[in-house]
Amino acid sequence: MENTPFIHIENLSYSYVGEDGQPIPVLKNLSLDIREGEYVVILGHNGSGKSTLAKLLNMVLDDYTFAEGKITVDGLDVMSPDLTDGDVLNLRKNVGMVFQNPDNQLVATVVEEDVAFGPENLGIPQPELRTRVDEALATVGMSAYARHEPHRLSGGQKQRVAIAGIIAMKPRCMIFDESTAMLDPVGRKEVLETIEKLNRDEGITVISITHYMDEAARADRVIVLSDGHLMLDGTPGEVFTHSDTLRKAGLDLPQCTAVSQYLTTQGIPVCGEINTPKQCAEAILNAWGRI
Amino acid sequence: MKGFAFGQYYPANSVLHRMDPRAKVICAVAYIVASFLCKNTFSFVLLILSTIALILLSRIPMKVVLRSVRALIFIMAFTAVLNIFWIVDTSEGAVPLVDFYFITIYAKGIYHAAFILIRILAMVIGTGLFLTYTTTPIALTDALESLLRPLTAIKVPVHAFSMMMTIALRFIPTIMEETEKIMSAQKARGADFTTGSLGRRAKALIPIIVPLFASAFRRADELATAMECRCYHGGEGRTKLRILRYHVRDFVAMFFVALFIGGIVAINIFGRKYGWLYTM
Repeated sequence: MENTPFIHIENLSYSYVGEDGQPIPVLKNLSLDIREGEYVVILGHNGSGKSTLAKLLNMVLDDYTFAEGKITVDGLDVMSPDLTDGDVLNLRKNVGMVFQNPDNQLVATVVEEDVAFGPENLGIPQPELRTRVDEALATVGMSAYARHEPHRLSGGQKQRVAIAGIIAMKPRCMIFDESTAMLDPVGRKEVLETIEKLNRDEGITVISITHYMDEAARADRVIVLSDGHLMLDGTPGEVFTHSDTLRKAGLDLPQCTAVSQYLTTQGIPVCGEINTPKQCAEAILNAWGRI
Repeated sequence: MKGFAFGQYYPANSVLHRMDPRAKVICAVAYIVASFLCKNTFSFVLLILSTIALILLSRIPMKVVLRSVRALIFIMAFTAVLNIFWIVDTSEGAVPLVDFYFITIYAKGIYHAAFILIRILAMVIGTGLFLTYTTTPIALTDALESLLRPLTAIKVPVHAFSMMMTIALRFIPTIMEETEKIMSAQKARGADFTTGSLGRRAKALIPIIVPLFASAFRRADELATAMECRCYHGGEGRTKLRILRYHVRDFVAMFFVALFIGGIVAINIFGRKYGWLYTM
């Protein structure tokens, strides 16, 4: 099992059905493997197909008329025509999804009841249900808010409650579909730290979809989608060296990577993997020492 | 908007607050039945006393309780006046208290009016104390889902209704907040909601309602996807975090309400037999 990837995507193409019944292509012949425990960021400009890919992995799209290719999640052929309802439930239990707008994914009027929503649907009996809810809230650091009403929380707190709601289902993989896009800097920091903690401490495979380059810099692996094609795939350091390709995909380099690349072209050799401000500062100091 | 509370729930720590919501629904229904069974002065006195006892038990300030009655003053006054003027005592030897041209008032009419006032007051206050004041809307939803579950046998989608209730309660504050935002945005563009004729003001609301609906539909769509992703597939095989459990106090309360109904029925029977004070 070690060598089979958790998510295997082969020659995947997907088109939405346009108003005239004609296909509008979104994903084009995409092949991709994601291993268990990885922290993958999928980057792409608006309309690059990244959200569609995420929704395909959870089978929550409305129309599969123009879907071709193969997706297997944990050995389960997701695109198979004889997929049962039980298979779909099992898939959604294993691959949890957190969306962009924190308000539109909380169901209950009390935080802990919202966290319980997923496991309740799975039919988890008491007292395990209670333990799962308490543990999930503790993992995201929201135990103190268990009895609060969701609408009184900040955006970052709501998003952490949404994450707890997924954790309580004990998924093996979590997909974050632009989950930080609507948050203020404080909220985004809280959520990113939670995501990293889940990947590092709980061993959950994380697929994070974003267009923030600084978030990509923190991942193990970065995948760049452009116009439904896979453009780049590698560690943040590898991907960021292709600044021209990134620009073509409508993306900018993270500031510190851009600074170091500019300095290098100006004859100051700033080298090494530079994805964070700290790495950047150290590399510049190093280069300074050499001059 | 931050201090917005649902319904009339009044947080306090009383027996009524702690009761199982299902027991409270049952008691409230029984209390309405009891107030309709009252037929003579004794039973109405008993009804008043029981209402006072409930208010004391609930530890809710009189001021708050009376607030719910205020909305009904017009209806109560109307029914009372109607009763006073319309009731004609046809029994032997009945003399009208007032006989002025077309106005005739009998003592029976005044009693009737008083009885009906007491009945309305007791019903509104009693159900309020059992339900809205001491029970959160969400507990009430849980109770109704549990009590109506037998109806699933005749294909009534009880779980779906309770889910809809829960989602509605969850989104009321969110959508109110949004309404405020849209109103501010439209005001910033020069919209005027406060002056002009009624028709004009109603028309001014259109630029608020249209974006509000558009956004509510988008929310509903996103929420449905999120719920599907969280394995929602209807009420089948679902467990619950909060399990409703009857306690001794619930049975005691239901016993007392049953006793109360029994008492009123007994008073009615004896009242008729021995010709006690004014019977309706």
